[in-house]
Amino acid sequence: MNVISNKWIGQRTIRPDGADKVTGRAAYGADTVMPGMIWARVLRSPHAHARILRIDTSKAEALPGVKAVMTAKDVVEFPLDKSVMLGIQDMRWMCRNVMAREKALFHGHPVAAVAATTEAIAAEACALIEVEYEVLPWVIEIEDAIKPDAPILHDFIKLDGKPSNIAGKLEHKLGDVDAGFAQADVVIEREFKTRPVHQGYIESHACLVSVSPDGKATIWSSSQGQFMVRAMSAYLTGIPQSDIRAIPAEIGGGFGGKTIIYLEPLALILARKSGRPVKMIMSREEVFRASGPTSGSMSKVKIGATKDGKIVAAQGTFYLQAGALPGSPIRGAAGCAFAPYDIPNVHSLGFDVVSNRSKVAAYRAPGAPIGAYAVECVVDEIAEALKMDPLELRLKNAAKQGTKAAHGPVYPRIGFVETIEAALAHPHYKAPLGKHQGRGVASGFWFNAGGESSAQVNVTEDGNVVVTTGHPDIGGSRASTANITAELLGIDYKRVSVLIGDTATIGYSNLTGGSRVTFASAMVVTQSTEKVITTLRERAAKIWKIDPEAVTWDDGEARPAGDNAGKFPALTLAEIAAKASETGGPIGAGVQLNTAGAEGGFATHVCDVEVDLDLGIVRVLRYTSFQDVGRAIHPSYVEGQMQGGAAQGIGWALSEEYIYDKKGRVDNASFLDYRMPVCSDLPMLDTVIIEVPNPKHPQGVRGVGEVPLVPPLAAVSNAVYNALGRRFYSLPMSPPRVLEVLEGA
Amino acid sequence: MTDTRYLAPQTLDEAVGAFAAAAGAARILAGGTDLLVQMRAGLLRPGLIIDIKKIEEMTAIVEEPDGGFRVGAAVSGAALAEHPRFGQVWPGVLEAVNLIGSTQVQGRASPGGNLCNASPAGDSVPAMIAAGAVVTVQGPNGRRQMPVEAVPAGPGRTNLTPGEILVSFALPARPKGSGDAYLRMIPRTEMDIAVVGVGVSLTIQGGTVTAARVGLGAVAPTVLLVADAADALIGSKLDDAALEAAAAACRAACRPIDDKRGTIVYRTKVAGVLLKRTVAIAAERAGRA
Repeated sequence: MNVISNKWIGQRTIRPDGADKVTGRAAYGADTVMPGMIWARVLRSPHAHARILRIDTSKAEALPGVKAVMTAKDVVEFPLDKSVMLGIQDMRWMCRNVMAREKALFHGHPVAAVAATTEAIAAEACALIEVEYEVLPWVIEIEDAIKPDAPILHDFIKLDGKPSNIAGKLEHKLGDVDAGFAQADVVIEREFKTRPVHQGYIESHACLVSVSPDGKATIWSSSQGQFMVRAMSAYLTGIPQSDIRAIPAEIGGGFGGKTIIYLEPLALILARKSGRPVKMIMSREEVFRASGPTSGSMSKVKIGATKDGKIVAAQGTFYLQAGALPGSPIRGAAGCAFAPYDIPNVHSLGFDVVSNRSKVAAYRAPGAPIGAYAVECVVDEIAEALKMDPLELRLKNAAKQGTKAAHGPVYPRIGFVETIEAALAHPHYKAPLGKHQGRGVASGFWFNAGGESSAQVNVTEDGNVVVTTGHPDIGGSRASTANITAELLGIDYKRVSVLIGDTATIGYSNLTGGSRVTFASAMVVTQSTEKVITTLRERAAKIWKIDPEAVTWDDGEARPAGDNAGKFPALTLAEIAAKASETGGPIGAGVQLNTAGAEGGFATHVCDVEVDLDLGIVRVLRYTSFQDVGRAIHPSYVEGQMQGGAAQGIGWALSEEYIYDKKGRVDNASFLDYRMPVCSDLPMLDTVIIEVPNPKHPQGVRGVGEVPLVPPLAAVSNAVYNALGRRFYSLPMSPPRVLEVLEGA
Repeated sequence: MTDTRYLAPQTLDEAVGAFAAAAGAARILAGGTDLLVQMRAGLLRPGLIIDIKKIEEMTAIVEEPDGGFRVGAAVSGAALAEHPRFGQVWPGVLEAVNLIGSTQVQGRASPGGNLCNASPAGDSVPAMIAAGAVVTVQGPNGRRQMPVEAVPAGPGRTNLTPGEILVSFALPARPKGSGDAYLRMIPRTEMDIAVVGVGVSLTIQGGTVTAARVGLGAVAPTVLLVADAADALIGSKLDDAALEAAAAACRAACRPIDDKRGTIVYRTKVAGVLLKRTVAIAAERAGRA
């Protein structure tokens, strides 16, 4: 089934969830209500770091209207000395993240939760909980956390035998970097800093949980994986997974931040205690203080090249903030940093650093933008030193089929070269620039992922099709699924309905994350649909009383394979469906796979900026993304991913950052002062889709969603350099910092 | 839990009576775009809310026979924008009022609320100061007038006495050759709060500035009237030396803080930059008027 007729694949069909979303009918995490429902609020630590000596909840419990109170003692404890992994999440850290146990590890860390008949009573009860703290010295920034005399967050984390805030290390080695640098004519080494940034989803975390008298729980929540919600809730409450049904709500943005849970186990425990359905919604302030973000970083990158522009050695050290509990995306930073290039000698090193900030969560290509920022800025400097065009330098060193990457793989057919060539040929790259304007380029790589997915394709009695998958649809995956199903069956797109099953109605499916959903669900949906087509041919054969091998499926109908098969009028899907009972029963098929073959994604971005020299404001004037997507099943949502990643990267580069006050508290926990770009801050973000099909996928799909956030930090930074002749080695390039650098010129 | 009562009087006397009787437990509701947000954030829990939007004088825009304007304290930004004449005479005041919040917020947000919220970063205030607006307030002891710049006392505090309600803004008649403008520095292009805001009003006769006023926001505990900047402009032909002197006066007037929105150094520098840019727009408008 590798032949693609292109009737529906590649079409900009109307998304199945579109009408509900634009008319307000779509139900998000906070939209479900139940009779008897009560509300829960979280009491959060007022300290950045404190030992919890005593919690007295008696006054809160005595307040009229309060139905249940919980603390860490109600959460299943995972001992510190034994790792229990669920995907990339360690339950030791999760049980301590959802509710502070021995210590409150950051300002805003949950300490207790109360369910009451109203939110106001729950909040009032939280204020009645007495917590005795022993306030401890705290540390926020990486450079402070790795000092020898830094306050230690976790005594059990040791480096070289001594307690340390460095919780983990990852190393990739290829060749011999010392020998490589010895061959180089130009060597440039620079240090960089980035600030933590939040995923910035519009919908805050929200859930409703009901527990029946026999202990069976139902969870309605917005997440990037209902099966993740079920499994983590089961781990943290001790309820078997079979007794938890997690129903995915529509999701108002996740970007990786909803691949872990915060509220569900608390609501579940409170619902179990109170016997009432419990609803919880995080305020925006809580979202900023206690969820996400991605890591801030400190990096050092050294690259050496010969005078003809061949990169011969590269070395990178990347320190990433994990937040209060281990687990920063050092793999993304250290692994992706040099992955776009064919470099014989690479040494890439990542360090996971804990400090008293909220635990980081995945954010779109976790870690990769941090690595690419440093590498792509140094590559730009190498190009300048060699007087080479920065794209030509990238082209000369671009990884291609057969290149051995430092993080492990030998690449199959990839489309990186094509992205650079397209950028070089594009009118944007040659467009004239005005005064105080500059142009920058950068490239990027993301691993992409396969993993577990399930699908069920059912033919209705009237001959239409219902497809169920197990992935929350975060970027238009229902539309892509419908395109593929309609294509394979040869029927109109409108005859295919695509639904997202809950944990009780569809088989296990891994997270919507890692740019895996369209890749993986296309595989299981393709195989399921192929099974359905086989059944349809068998049914036609039965009706015609011929061999199934003598029946073909073309254009939505069964036809005799040739004159030898006999002369029968074609049977449509509807005609076969109508006779399903008499020919063998319901028609449908499900497939569950652990998908593999998700090959890496590459992109090259070109960015033009203009700088207001007196105010220090950097405005992006023009931005074009070139990305190898393998195959664009639904081009609009591929473009949407490319634009969204660019927009988030521009925010990361120019305006977004966490600001802490002198007491270790986030000082800008609102969309007013945490400055994500608004629409009017950005030009139209142009996209150029490049399709080099993934040879390991039935439709040629590569993951699309994460690569777009990898190049922008450096693309913007290199553009600012081009405009000003001054380099910035720290993000964000906010107006006061730009002016500071310009004044210092 | 204390309940909040809501009152929507038809007359100013009734409103003043209720406000004074509540003795500090009441808050005035105009558009509510600050008050309701503060209540939702748990910062305020007033016992009584007095909605002044039902009082005719509070929502009226009147062009006086002499060419001046009287704008009710609760007039929304959107209503002011739709007035056929106001924006022609006071484009700077209008653009400042229209910068308060988003399009949706403009349907409610008022210059009176913006002034009484007493944020040093309120957008309409520097423009009103530059315009030479005089406010009427009414309290238990009757009515009085005060210049706009005398209203703010500090962040979140005004010089209105207990029981006093802001009623309206009076903007003077414009001589020929007048123009005004307001510019603010924000990191984003909209949906943001001023890091520095500058309002300028000029009258130019035969190429020479005959009258000028400068209002400067977000650089001190209150929005400032910068007389020295105006003095540097008056009598000049807006030559570089005069502009630089006015910019220097603005920088000298700054008493900002370092915070998440900007540094002292940054705000001070930007005050001078914006002064020059705002003067250029006001002068261009004066040339057309």
